[in-house]
Amino acid sequence: MGKTIAQKIIEQHCDGDKVDVGHIVKARVDLVMGNDVSGPMAVDIFNKININRLFDPEKVVLVADHFVPNKDIKSAEQVKVIRDFAKKYKLPHYYENEGIEHALLPERGLVLPGQLIAGADSHTVTYGALGAFAFGIGATDLAAAFATGWVWLKIPKTIKIVLSGFLQQWVSGKDVILEIIKKIGVDGATYKVLEFQGSGLSGLPMESRFTISNMAAESGAKAAIFPVDEKTIAYIEKNNKQSYSYYTSDDDAEFTETFELDLGSVPLQVAFPHLPSNSRNVEEIEKIKIDQVVIGSCTNGWIEDLRVAGQILKGKHIASNLRLIIIPATREIYKQALKEGLVEIFVEAGAIVSPPTCGPCLGGFMGILAEGERALATTNRNFIGRMGHNKSEVYLSNPAVAAASAVKGYIVHPQEVVN
Amino acid sequence: MEGRVWKYKDNVDTDVIIPARYLNTIDPEELKLHCMEDLDPEFSNKVQPGDIIVAGNNFGCGSSREHAPIAIKASGISCIVAKSFARIFFRNAINIGLPILEIEEADQIKHGGLLQVDLAKGIVTNLANGKKYQAIIMPPFLQDIFRQKGLIEYVRKSEKIMQLNS
Repeated sequence: MGKTIAQKIIEQHCDGDKVDVGHIVKARVDLVMGNDVSGPMAVDIFNKININRLFDPEKVVLVADHFVPNKDIKSAEQVKVIRDFAKKYKLPHYYENEGIEHALLPERGLVLPGQLIAGADSHTVTYGALGAFAFGIGATDLAAAFATGWVWLKIPKTIKIVLSGFLQQWVSGKDVILEIIKKIGVDGATYKVLEFQGSGLSGLPMESRFTISNMAAESGAKAAIFPVDEKTIAYIEKNNKQSYSYYTSDDDAEFTETFELDLGSVPLQVAFPHLPSNSRNVEEIEKIKIDQVVIGSCTNGWIEDLRVAGQILKGKHIASNLRLIIIPATREIYKQALKEGLVEIFVEAGAIVSPPTCGPCLGGFMGILAEGERALATTNRNFIGRMGHNKSEVYLSNPAVAAASAVKGYIVHPQEVVN
Repeated sequence: MEGRVWKYKDNVDTDVIIPARYLNTIDPEELKLHCMEDLDPEFSNKVQPGDIIVAGNNFGCGSSREHAPIAIKASGISCIVAKSFARIFFRNAINIGLPILEIEEADQIKHGGLLQVDLAKGIVTNLANGKKYQAIIMPPFLQDIFRQKGLIEYVRKSEKIMQLNS
């Protein structure tokens, strides 16, 4: 029987273990990653093993992004833990205030197709957009990987999603993944891989693919893999000159489910509190007044997302009594936004332009909600208390809907603001 | 083990288990004070060592934060019985040696009732009505990690780290 992309990648990373679905194997990682929330815990655990050497410092990445610039004394101390660890072990890949990890690693050329990447963050799945098998792990996994270079994992089933058609105006990768999560549910892909195929891929630019893979986490997916095509190759070769191999699923590979999605049928939508699967068509909702809009995060902090926001905000001002916080996902994206005049558009419109940080996405800082407040965000989760008080609400959308809604003060379709 | 049930529904996510505002610490003693705070403010005050959490589908969905099973374990919860677990929470619980069991019939167990759990056999007995439920048996590798009380102990022993060190 044939193998899926996931099985092929895992096979290359374990020594002769069978990769039948359901088996548990120890897989060697090409890269293992932590941040300023998972990293300090992993360092503490690793220190208790008392081994004092890493399996391979070149393959360890630590990114301080969740609570930086240091949000308070405790966070400052946590960042110091991973900074000191990086110094002690001479890690070439330690980043602080450089960007949000899942946008930063692709940008820095650290992710290649065919790689097996484990990250102590649930949105590690983002790298599947580049044809890698990338999945989330915990702090203990990370500590064990520091020491051994392997991670245990169960060989997953794969769901095939065949894409066709083209996205309508204003509709983006965010809407595609919200549509998929609505269809299969927040545990519809638990322990499974989402694999994308089909003619629709040609109409999906890289930033859409990153968004789709990123939020696959919200369907419970272990990984979300795109095939490697000209778009992937063009993106990779900008940032990395190394050679790589990539895989396609065999014709006789077994998929646990297959479904088709016509991209042209995907509507602009908003996920209502308190589940990412609770989406409704933007055109079918009543007037929902909002207090805060956030445009950014590892889901939608790409330069293309900022360009869409800039197009809508240009020459306009946000509604009174509303805060708009815009967060470019990396320092390079920030620079690019400056060069393109986007930051000026944002500031003129009344927005707060933040340095790259996860900040408000997880209710850390840089825009927290009081009791009774409502936010519309291009982030990835809207669970109770996600962005602040447990009696606040978070709605999720794409950047176009977010920008337009910031102008109006309530959730709207972009065409209500553009001309 | 025998314990009193704290019953929850589907999709108990990691933000309600331990909100991000507390992720600037790794101390289990601090984390336990805020366990389940945004879903059940009673929990952290009233939980007793040996109590058991029973829940629906997709327990622990959301973030990879290991602080979530750590907060639950530090609260004194002896095990979690659910219809299903989210994958990162599942692996974190195993890695830190927090017992978890998947049973279809979790819906039938009521809040405040008493449960008896035989971890080795994966059998949960509902002392309210005497019904027994069989949990899904874990693969041998994971049972091994459990027996060693977590991944780090497993790594320490099986990789013979001590030898490498000398």
